[in-house]
Amino acid sequence: MATKIYQCIEAIGNKIIENKDFLTELDREIGDADHGVNMARGYTEALKVIPQDNEDIGAVLKKTGMTLISKVGGASGPLYGTAFMKAAKEAAGKTALTLADAKVMMEAIISGIKMRGKAEQGEKTMLDAIIPAYEALCAGIDAGKDAGAVLDDMCEAAEKGVAYTKTIRATKGRASYLGDRSIGHQDPGATSSLYTLQAIRDFLAGN
Amino acid sequence: MVGLVIVSHSKKIAEGVVDLAREMAGPDLALIAAGGLDDGGIGTDAFRIKAAIEEADRGSGVLILADLGSALMSAETAIEFLREEDNMVNVRIADAPLVEGAISAAVTASTNSTLEEALTAAIEAKLASKL
Repeated sequence: MATKIYQCIEAIGNKIIENKDFLTELDREIGDADHGVNMARGYTEALKVIPQDNEDIGAVLKKTGMTLISKVGGASGPLYGTAFMKAAKEAAGKTALTLADAKVMMEAIISGIKMRGKAEQGEKTMLDAIIPAYEALCAGIDAGKDAGAVLDDMCEAAEKGVAYTKTIRATKGRASYLGDRSIGHQDPGATSSLYTLQAIRDFLAGN
Repeated sequence: MVGLVIVSHSKKIAEGVVDLAREMAGPDLALIAAGGLDDGGIGTDAFRIKAAIEEADRGSGVLILADLGSALMSAETAIEFLREEDNMVNVRIADAPLVEGAISAAVTASTNSTLEEALTAAIEAKLASKL
């Protein structure tokens, strides 16, 4: 039987693959219309090559990241790939994660994406979903909430972050060519980041 | 001799630029194409770029010419992978047009130039007037 971490990656992959056309449509409006297709290709390949029986969360995340880097093709490949590989380092050798682990992993993910994309919050990117989710995670830990409640908070914060991307102008990536015309459209990368968090939440709620 | 790596979303573009630059630079220059994905699809792959840098490395450094968007991010990722393996090969990414920059850098590199000289030649290609 496949390990929990494999099933969790599978849940993320399935969510991205199911929403492939919508993500591509969002990218058609302000980018180069390949986000959904590229991400779906990356996850399809990742689910083929990551080991189903390895319980080492770090090892599975690392293999996922490496596969996304080589198979996605667009900028989301190095960005998500870097995110997974940075998180993998923090989870190396672990077979279970606490909220404290998740916090350290989110910090590594955020700094990895900032470095790779040379981006900050407020530039209409995946960071606009991920950073609010991280803040919700920190607040949840401080308030002593359980993992399920914290993940709900994280998804809610990321959803607000995605809505916020509609109101701002893109200054990074292909969408920045559109300038003010990018306002009114939600960012595809922020949206796929939200789907990733929702898939993790739903997976953990079902287990 | 300085080596050159040509990064493009398209396998054909990368190979075509290599062919074009090869005509000018002669057979000895390490001129490696890293275009497209493994299955031939459009995109860039940091692992292909990493392998190309290793292949182009003849001890005097490697210059990368890249097209747009994720090509740059993938090239930077590739360099990071090399560093993680303690490969400290001197690599620079040229802020230059792909075709003109590659030809200009290839010609310069073929005269046993330094990496900095090849980089400057690539960047100067931006200023060349066509009309």
